[in-house]
Amino acid sequence: MPNIIVLVKQVPDTNAKIVVNGDRVDLSSVKMVMSPYDEFAVETALKHKEAAGGEVTALTVGGAGAEKILKDAKAIGVDHIVRIDAEGEMDSNALQSVIAQAVADLGGEVVYCGKSAADTGAGSTGPGLAERMGWASVSNIIGATFDGGVSVVMPSGGGNAQMSVPLPAVVSCDKGDFKVRKPNVKGIMQAKKASVDVRSIAAPGSTVSVVNHALPPAKPAGKSYQGGAAAAEVAQLLRDEANII
Amino acid sequence: MTQTIVIAEMNNNAVHPSTAELVSAANTLGGEPTLVVPCTDAGQASGAAGMGAATIIAAKSGAFAHYDASGWAEALDAVVPQGTIITGASPQSKDLAARLAARRNLSVVQDAVKIEGGSITSPVYSGKAMQTVSASGDVVVSVRSNVFAPATGGATDVSVIDTDGNVATSVQEFMARASERLDVAEANIIISGGRGMGSPDNFTHLEAIADTIGAAVGASRAAVDTWEAIPHSMQVGQTGKTVNPNLYIAVGISGAIQHLAGMRSSKYIVAINKDADAPIFQHADYGIVATWEEALPVLHESLKGMMG
Ligand SMILES: Cc1cc2nc3c(=O)[nH]c(=O)nc-3n(C[C@H](O)[C@H](O)[C@H](O)COP(=O)(O)OP(=O)(O)OC[C@H]3O[C@@H](n4cnc5c(N)ncnc54)[C@H](O)[C@@H]3O)c2cc1C
Ligand SMILES: Nc1ncnc2c1ncn2[C@@H]1O[C@H](COP(=O)(O)O)[C@@H](O)[C@H]1O
Repeated sequence: MPNIIVLVKQVPDTNAKIVVNGDRVDLSSVKMVMSPYDEFAVETALKHKEAAGGEVTALTVGGAGAEKILKDAKAIGVDHIVRIDAEGEMDSNALQSVIAQAVADLGGEVVYCGKSAADTGAGSTGPGLAERMGWASVSNIIGATFDGGVSVVMPSGGGNAQMSVPLPAVVSCDKGDFKVRKPNVKGIMQAKKASVDVRSIAAPGSTVSVVNHALPPAKPAGKSYQGGAAAAEVAQLLRDEANII
Repeated sequence: MTQTIVIAEMNNNAVHPSTAELVSAANTLGGEPTLVVPCTDAGQASGAAGMGAATIIAAKSGAFAHYDASGWAEALDAVVPQGTIITGASPQSKDLAARLAARRNLSVVQDAVKIEGGSITSPVYSGKAMQTVSASGDVVVSVRSNVFAPATGGATDVSVIDTDGNVATSVQEFMARASERLDVAEANIIISGGRGMGSPDNFTHLEAIADTIGAAVGASRAAVDTWEAIPHSMQVGQTGKTVNPNLYIAVGISGAIQHLAGMRSSKYIVAINKDADAPIFQHADYGIVATWEEALPVLHESLKGMMG
């Protein structure tokens, strides 16, 4: 029965306006939520448990504020919630080293995570963690079935491929063609009472550091036209001005 | 100056033209880039000639027949010299970049859109902010396409090095896409429809234009969620695909922040929407306030005329 771990990260709500204050993004008045793809990772982890037994642990690396998303995961059915205490910026090497240590400490055999976090947009953590563990990995899966091992569906050159993945492995999840479950009242009550297992793991120093954040350069105002006939002029500009057609 | 190594972007066993942009990105870090081509047959590396690299290495292995993250990282690690590594930013290349970095205990910086004086800039928070980082020592950097001008000249000779890696995953079944259409993630021009298209049948108007100009057809989440006939593979945005084409044409799409997250970095944006206040117009280079019923036939006729 597999020991299943799912990685969850707290990020700004995707509707939030991002402001930059003194060269850094200022998140002080932004609502924080579980990164959208992590919801698919949690759902896939729970499906794995339903098919194969075992237990699911939701793991996050972050400050105390990040415990809310662990409770959210608990409310929909994960068994254990663990936070590795960390504040401040970590580069991918430092973060992955910490997660790899945590997964080893927890005795994980399969790790699910989001295809990319809504803040970094990187998609580095899953494959990077797998390499550090010496495990197989697949990324951006849109579905999974469990009969003994794990079989995933993922986009692949001009279609979808069904791949068999030997365990142990790290699986990063895209938006699946399934709905994620919502918490019920019992789950929410249990989550309220649940205690978070907080641990600390020393991180190696970061070699990549943030110099600054800035808002994206404002786009110069475009040309605006009224009525469908203007499409002819726009087509002309796409050739003469933009050199595209 | 550190050594820079570019991993060629491959497409159907051939070197993708965007590889020359990666060499150009490597050039901004100084040094003389080495271009490594993952291939099953050294002949596949011939396309790397004249892309500006000082040295071209064909890394030849059966492991490169299908993408497998651990097999590719192992086989490339054995061939790629120490230094800063540049890859493309397709989903597969970002995955490989992360694995290669971890294999060498390096950090990885994804989706670079600017490299200047050793600082690397990439979009964060779904493009709502730009982050600039500096690295001490070697890093792995994935670079977005359509940002750097392609490099030219350089080596034409290819040296071949045999390598190998343990492939962990296996393809059980391949399900080809129902249509032969170009994928939005691979296209240089995209025409996308939203809920304003009214019905999935009306996407044929977008397909007709796409066929004329060699574009892919995309969709908003509202279109994907509302109509079964529009698959999620077409969705552009926060929970769909991030695209970076030369031209993005948004038809009947309001321009919600989550849609913008996937397409705002397109070089040129055209918007067709009947509502003059639709947020998409704030991001359009060319905005047409009209119904698609009015605008698309005119657009199609004009484009047909130009394509000859
Ligand atoms: C967590 C999260 C993730 C999300 N991820 C995505 C994502 O990946 N991609 C995405 O697209 N959205 C995403 N969304 C949804 C997003 O918020 C919007 O709901 C969605 O983009 C709206 O799609 P739309 O513009 O097609 O529809 P609408 O907002 O309904 O807009 C339709 C537009 O069509 C115009 N119109 C109507 N009739 C015509 C006509 N005849 N001719 C011309 N114009 C016409 C209208 O004026 C209107 O502007 C996400 C939301 C959340 C909360
Ligand atoms: N600090 C973190 N704590 C837990 N999981 C994380 C953390 N950062 C990233 N992840 C996981 O890795 C995925 C990809 O993140 P990224 O590599 O930053 O795009 C996320 O969707 C999470 O599942």
